[in-house]
Amino acid sequence: MKYRSVTEIIGPIMVGPSSSHTAGAARIGRLARLLFDGQPKRVNIHLYGSFAKTYKGHGTDVALIGGLLDFDTFDERIRDAKEHASNANMRVRFHEEEAIPDHPNTVKLRLESDDSAMELVGISIGGGKIEIIELNGFALQLTGHHPALLIVHQDRYGVIANVANVLALHKVNIGHMKVSRKEKGREALMVIEVDQTVTDEIMTSLEKLEHVDQVAKLHE
Amino acid sequence: MFRNVAELIELTNRDGISISEVMIQQEIEVTGRSREAVLTDMDEKLTIMEEAVRRGIEEDVKSVSGLTGGDGKKLEKYIENGNGLSGDTLLRAVSRAMATNEVNAAMGMICATPTAGSAGVVPGTLFSLKDKLNPTREAMQRYLLTSGAFGLVVANNASISGAAGGCQAEVGSAAGMAAAAAVELAGGTPKQSAEAMAMALKNMLGLVCDPVAGLVEVPCVKRNAAGASIAMVAADMALAGIESRIPCDEVIDAMYRIGESMSETLKETALGGLAATPTGKALESQIFDLSAERT
Repeated sequence: MKYRSVTEIIGPIMVGPSSSHTAGAARIGRLARLLFDGQPKRVNIHLYGSFAKTYKGHGTDVALIGGLLDFDTFDERIRDAKEHASNANMRVRFHEEEAIPDHPNTVKLRLESDDSAMELVGISIGGGKIEIIELNGFALQLTGHHPALLIVHQDRYGVIANVANVLALHKVNIGHMKVSRKEKGREALMVIEVDQTVTDEIMTSLEKLEHVDQVAKLHE
Repeated sequence: MFRNVAELIELTNRDGISISEVMIQQEIEVTGRSREAVLTDMDEKLTIMEEAVRRGIEEDVKSVSGLTGGDGKKLEKYIENGNGLSGDTLLRAVSRAMATNEVNAAMGMICATPTAGSAGVVPGTLFSLKDKLNPTREAMQRYLLTSGAFGLVVANNASISGAAGGCQAEVGSAAGMAAAAAVELAGGTPKQSAEAMAMALKNMLGLVCDPVAGLVEVPCVKRNAAGASIAMVAADMALAGIESRIPCDEVIDAMYRIGESMSETLKETALGGLAATPTGKALESQIFDLSAERT
């Protein structure tokens, strides 16, 4: 079942006018910033489906920008997010796409700074609830509700077992896990939602594992 | 966790508890939060809702586009004059639902229930019943939990998104949620709550999402008005002992199927329905020319 907590129905507390097109958009922007680990310098935002058709009226644009600036759904600065973005030297460009997406409220963001870039696809599925469904070309399913680990690794036997061992050693329980790869034997991505906090010590142990290239953690 | 309304009602019967109590217990189990934390969270949301209602009926609220604002206040004054045809409790549910949505359209602070576009129905109905029934604060927190329990069933088995299921999924769901919660607040049984939900949602089936210029304003504010009135009437009917011939879960399923067969032009794309009328189109170009001049 997608919806489990009453707070997903009664809530969020938010600045209007739309939970999917405003609050959900702000959450996607904020999660993107969190995954990027900081504020990007340039962002290209591609809007699809209902997002592309109605973003002006719903404040989807200012909400996405607000999220990228780390504003929460109820932050009244969302209204003037464009101004805040230019003050913070973050350049944002919007593109209205014609392609029909699987989900009507789909957005693709490309975040860039001088030495890094990231591309992700988010969907807003209703009532402010969101999912990140693609990250740098990898399919995934990330809600931002639970602490999560993102591990970029080489597609080799034993890597998953080694990661699970490190977590078990630190008494961290895995709630949901997904592994995806672009090609057999090449780069792969593990997304692990956990029930406990992931300490720096765990992060260091994971980074030292063979065939693990990059480790990031995500907390709401 | 209850997957449908039948299971929800079964849990209330098995343990001899109310729907809101089932919701509290499940929330504790799912999120690991304490009972107190669950109720405090609802209390904070009540405060936000009450403030939005107050703003909408006392202040001169106007949306950025200028399309909406002031109607909740207008109706509240009309009620005070004492000539209302429908009865004060029903009309106050309507005025307070509109007030909330007008604040939402003005990018004010609201609580989505279940969405922002349908945020007026649940609190509008509650803050009218507050005058009538004089409930405790905890009873009001429980009202939100009961409406949330029904909302969860709809979200998991159909949809609460206008883009996915049309307005029936948003204001329709909200009307059902409010009707069910009103029954519990008034002392009805869990079964009567389910009947109220079924009768309210039935009367919203097929409702399309066709916002003029894509804004959550026209017809959203007035759809919330109708949603609140249907919620009140359905609650009264259920409390009178009237039952829905089609069980609540089947009504929810019908809503899902209708949403699936609805044209994309009628699901929050602003391409059909009222959005595509001559006046709707004219308003759209007016609004976007205006904002283009400003930027």
